[in-house]
Amino acid sequence: MSTLVFLEHHEGAFVKNALGVLAKAASLGDDAHSVVVGSGVRDLAATGGKFGASTVLVADDQQLAAPLPQPRVDVLAKLVRDRGYDTVLFGQSVLAADVAAGLAARLDAGLNWDLVDLVNEDGRLVGKRPALQDSVHVDVGWKGEPRLALFRSGVFDPAETGREAQIEDVEVELEDFSTGATMVEQAHAESEGPSIEDADIIVAGGRGLGAPENFKLCEELAQALGGAVAATRAVVDAGWYPYSAQVGQTGKAVSPKLYVAVGISGAIQHKVGMQSSQTIVAINKDPNAPIFEFADLAVVGDLHEIVPELTQLVKERRG
Amino acid sequence: MKVAVCVKHVPEAQALRLDPATKRLDRSGEGTLNGFDANAIEEALRIKDAAGDGEVVLVSLGPEKAIDSLRKGLAMGADRAILVSDAAAAGSDLVATSAVLAKALERETPDLVLFGQQAGDSDGAVLWAAVADRLRRPLVSQAAELTVSDGSVRAKRQTEFGYDVIEAPLPAVVAVSDAINEPRYPSLKGIMGAKKKPQETLDASALGLDGALGEQGSKTEVYTINDPPPRGDTRKIEDTAGAPQQIVEFLAEKRLL
Repeated sequence: MSTLVFLEHHEGAFVKNALGVLAKAASLGDDAHSVVVGSGVRDLAATGGKFGASTVLVADDQQLAAPLPQPRVDVLAKLVRDRGYDTVLFGQSVLAADVAAGLAARLDAGLNWDLVDLVNEDGRLVGKRPALQDSVHVDVGWKGEPRLALFRSGVFDPAETGREAQIEDVEVELEDFSTGATMVEQAHAESEGPSIEDADIIVAGGRGLGAPENFKLCEELAQALGGAVAATRAVVDAGWYPYSAQVGQTGKAVSPKLYVAVGISGAIQHKVGMQSSQTIVAINKDPNAPIFEFADLAVVGDLHEIVPELTQLVKERRG
Repeated sequence: MKVAVCVKHVPEAQALRLDPATKRLDRSGEGTLNGFDANAIEEALRIKDAAGDGEVVLVSLGPEKAIDSLRKGLAMGADRAILVSDAAAAGSDLVATSAVLAKALERETPDLVLFGQQAGDSDGAVLWAAVADRLRRPLVSQAAELTVSDGSVRAKRQTEFGYDVIEAPLPAVVAVSDAINEPRYPSLKGIMGAKKKPQETLDASALGLDGALGEQGSKTEVYTINDPPPRGDTRKIEDTAGAPQQIVEFLAEKRLL
């Protein structure tokens, strides 16, 4: 198995989900390579070995500065063709999904998405995928190579192996149409703490909060726990919280270690984005809220009383 | 201004199931227009209105029944519909589906190709990137705002980190977010008129597709369908006053503090 992992990065750091996928790849085979694509990314790339890559390929070019998918397809397609990788893995994101699908078309290769695990069973690679609003789990595979896969956020932990990777520069040749789309502006939301893709702990708020200003209850609890804040579609649509925090069918699918759902009923559209979390704590005043059917800890009560006190207790405990 | 919108006929949400024999989605029951595609149709209609002239063409790959979903789009105001329907195409995955759609779109040479945010049945949110690559056209996905002028598109793309503003020359492929607009409901007049609008059903040979289709042309497969892993028992706390302390104990027990 010769695997290439797409190492997405943002503002000078690797995206955690991509590092998790790299750790998984390293655990499956002896030789996981990774590729870092961007402009001025050589120093960052040199740290890729720490996370399990034996070789880090660097595509560094001014034309690759903006996080746009099509030039990245060109880079990866050339690498797969020249070096014969049989497996290319991605941590799911807006960018990575477009890169993976473009690469699938370019190489006529199979792409499985939304995977939560990848295992070697009887000599073949099998992807584990929740489907149909997570009501079933299907085992999926590939007919031929290369095999492409996108993994749901947070399903693997990055592993610091302290390895020294070999760093290689690769040639960049771009198709004409790949440079057609250009970035005019990047207006990235200022947020404190980790993003929901990177967080081990997520505190999510829903309509049960009652008013947008009550999101501060979630923010304070998330800060005390060292986590990130997420939101349901209903409150994002209502303008209470930004889309980048939306978890659910039309937002992000996440799998943190702990998901605290505050004032969230647990409608199916939300459930599909978070039910693969390791531990789910739900606080809701409605004892019949669907979220209690799949929460590990179901807290029936008034969130306005419970959450501030919980935040205080967590702060005391964590000192 | 010619805008093509790729749309999908999906099973009703409550009827979503995998056929244990074929391991494919069971498409034998009632179906409907993929809700996210209504946003793409709406955006196409607005672009045509703003341009003052042009055409909105719906393109779909699906069973013959998919014509119902195309008619809904025609009732909303689209001008014409093309359905690629072929028994051999059943079970097509991303590479096979994108090959068919790209072929159908090449025949139309639209200025702009639009997609909705995702498919409500497969939760797929990748098709546009594969189609754009096959058409060799610039791509913007997750567009929450879109303007078309002077031979180019400008889109505000939602990302994990905030948003990007991206420009691309036409012809281009754009996937719109469901935050972009509120789709109109078809008027009675629209519904009555939909049946008379041009609707073309093509099979693979009519489209000149020579490669393998359906499962033959697919590069992924489903091995088994399993129950989701059990979540274990739910522990319940119903005493508001004692809840914070009990939650902390639960988190400590799980080593989450």
